[in-house]
Amino acid sequence: MKRTELVVSSLIVVALMICKFLLPKPLLFSPLVSTIVTILIGCAFLVIFILTVKGKPIERRIVFLVVGIALVFPFFMKVELPIRISPEVQQVYDKMSSLPAGSKVLAAFDYDPPSAPELQPMADAFMKYAFEHDFKVIMMGLWPQGPQQANQSVEAAWAYNPQWMPDSADEKVYGVDYVNLGFQSGNEFVILRMGESFKSMFPADLYYTAYDSVPLLKNIHNFSNIDWGVNFSAGKPGTVEWVQIAVDRHNLPMSAGNTAVQAPMAYPYLNAGQLIGLMGGMAGAAEFEKLTGHTGKAITFLLSQTYAHVAVILFILIGNVAFFLNKKEKK
Amino acid sequence: MKRTVPLLITGIVGTVLIVSVLIPPAQSLGEDFSLFFDIIAVFAFFLGGGNLFRIHLKKVFHRKEDYGFSIVTLVGFLVTLTIGLFKIGNPEGISGSITAAGSGLQTIFVSIITPLSSTMYALLAFYVASASYRAFRAKNREATILLVSAFVILLGRTPLGMMLTGWIPEQFSIFQIPNLAVWIMNSANLAGQRSILIGVGLGVVAMSLRLILGMDRTYLGSDK
Repeated sequence: MKRTELVVSSLIVVALMICKFLLPKPLLFSPLVSTIVTILIGCAFLVIFILTVKGKPIERRIVFLVVGIALVFPFFMKVELPIRISPEVQQVYDKMSSLPAGSKVLAAFDYDPPSAPELQPMADAFMKYAFEHDFKVIMMGLWPQGPQQANQSVEAAWAYNPQWMPDSADEKVYGVDYVNLGFQSGNEFVILRMGESFKSMFPADLYYTAYDSVPLLKNIHNFSNIDWGVNFSAGKPGTVEWVQIAVDRHNLPMSAGNTAVQAPMAYPYLNAGQLIGLMGGMAGAAEFEKLTGHTGKAITFLLSQTYAHVAVILFILIGNVAFFLNKKEKK
Repeated sequence: MKRTVPLLITGIVGTVLIVSVLIPPAQSLGEDFSLFFDIIAVFAFFLGGGNLFRIHLKKVFHRKEDYGFSIVTLVGFLVTLTIGLFKIGNPEGISGSITAAGSGLQTIFVSIITPLSSTMYALLAFYVASASYRAFRAKNREATILLVSAFVILLGRTPLGMMLTGWIPEQFSIFQIPNLAVWIMNSANLAGQRSILIGVGLGVVAMSLRLILGMDRTYLGSDK
C-alpha cells in the first residue's frame, strides 16, 4: 500500500512539473471556470454531508483531497477581495510612514522557511517601502535562517524595482543603504547585549566585513541610535523577547509581524503600548501590502486561505450535524 | 564537589543577573555574564549535531525499523555540513560568505530546505481539516463557545467575513464578523493571555529562586 501511494504521489508531482512547463503563465481561470470550480467544491461538501449524516463518514484521504483542491485552485482565480484594514496593522503603517527619509530601521528576521508563506510577504512589502522611502535598514536574525530570509526580501525589492539593483541608476548600496548583520546564537541574550553594543554581538556582517568598516553602522552603537524596529517572528526567540528587552529596557519603538498562531500571544504587549502595531498571519500581511501599495503574494494567498478556512468550517459543521443527528437517533 | 560547583555557578550567575537589572551600575556585569550563555549555546550546536549523527548511525548500524530514513538524514547532514564547511561552489572561494549567491549552501537552502520545510508546515492544514471533521464537537458549553469563537476568527481573518456581514449598519458594526474577531482577540484572548503571562511570570520567579538558592536540584540529574 505504501509503495502504491508513493508511486501515485510521485506521478502527481511529475504531472504537475510537466504542467508547469506546458501551461501558459500566469495561468488564470476565467470567471466562469472559477465559478464552476467553486460550485464543484460546494457539491463535494454536499455529498460529504449526505454520506456523513447517513453514518458513512468519509475517509481521511478524501478530506485531504477536498482541502487540497480548496487550497490549490484559488491560486488560479482572479477575484478582487475586499480587504479591511485592522487597527493593529494601521498602527504599523502609521508609525512607518511617519519616519523621515534616512531613518535607521532595525529589522529582525526571526523565522525560517516553514513560516515564510505568512511572514515573507510582510517582509517583502516592508523592504520595498523602506527602499522607496530611503530608510537605512539594518537586518539581522536570531534564527539561523533569518538572514537568508532577509536577503530574499531584498531580492523581492530588486524584482519590484530593478533600478535598486547593484550597478543600476538608483542603486541601493550594500553597507550604505542596507546591511545584513547575519545570525547570532544566544537568543534573548543577543538582544540584551545589543542594548549595550551592537558590535559586541556582530563584530562583522554576514559577508565578514568588520562592523566599523560598514559606513551605515558607523554611528550605530546600540538601540538608542535606532529610530524604529520591526520584528518578523515565528516563535522563540522573537517578538516577546524583543519587547521584554529592547522595548522595555531600552525604549526601542517597535512593531511586529507574527504568524497567525503566534499573534494572539503578542496582543497583551500591543494593548499595553509596548508594541506599535501588529501584523498577524496572512491576513495581516495582505492588509500591510494593501496599505503600502505593494501588492504581493499575501493578497494572492488570501483567497486560498479563505477557501481553506471555509472548508474547515464546513467540515466542522458537517461533523457536528452528524454527531447530533446520531445522538438523537440513539435516544 | 560534582554537585557543589554547579550549584555555586547557578547561585552566583542568577544573583548577578538579578542584581544587574535592579542596580544600574551593575548592568554591564550582567551583560558580561550573559556571554556565558553564548558560549554554551555554541556548544549546544555541536552537541546537537553530534547527538543527531550518533542516534541515526546507531539506527542504521542495527538495521532498526525505517532505517532508510536515517540514511537520508545522515547523507543530508554530512553533505550540507561538508558543503557549508568547505564552502563548495562558493564563487568567492573559501574566504567568501556561506550565503553568497550561487554558493552550494545557498542553493541547498533555496532549492531544498525552503520548499521541503514549507511543505511540511503546509501539511498541517490537511491534518487540521481532518481533525476538525472527526473530533471537533460541541459536546458541552465550553466546547460550543470554543467552536463559535473559532468560526468567528476563521471568517474574521479572511475577506469573507466582511463580505458576509459588511451590510450591517455602522451603529451595529460590532456585529460585523471582522469586528467580532478583533473583539475576541482584544478582549477575551487578551484577558486569557495576560492571566497566563502573569501566572507564568510568578512561576518563573518562584522556580528561579528555588534554583538560585539550591532548593531545586533536579537539573543536576541523579547522584548515580
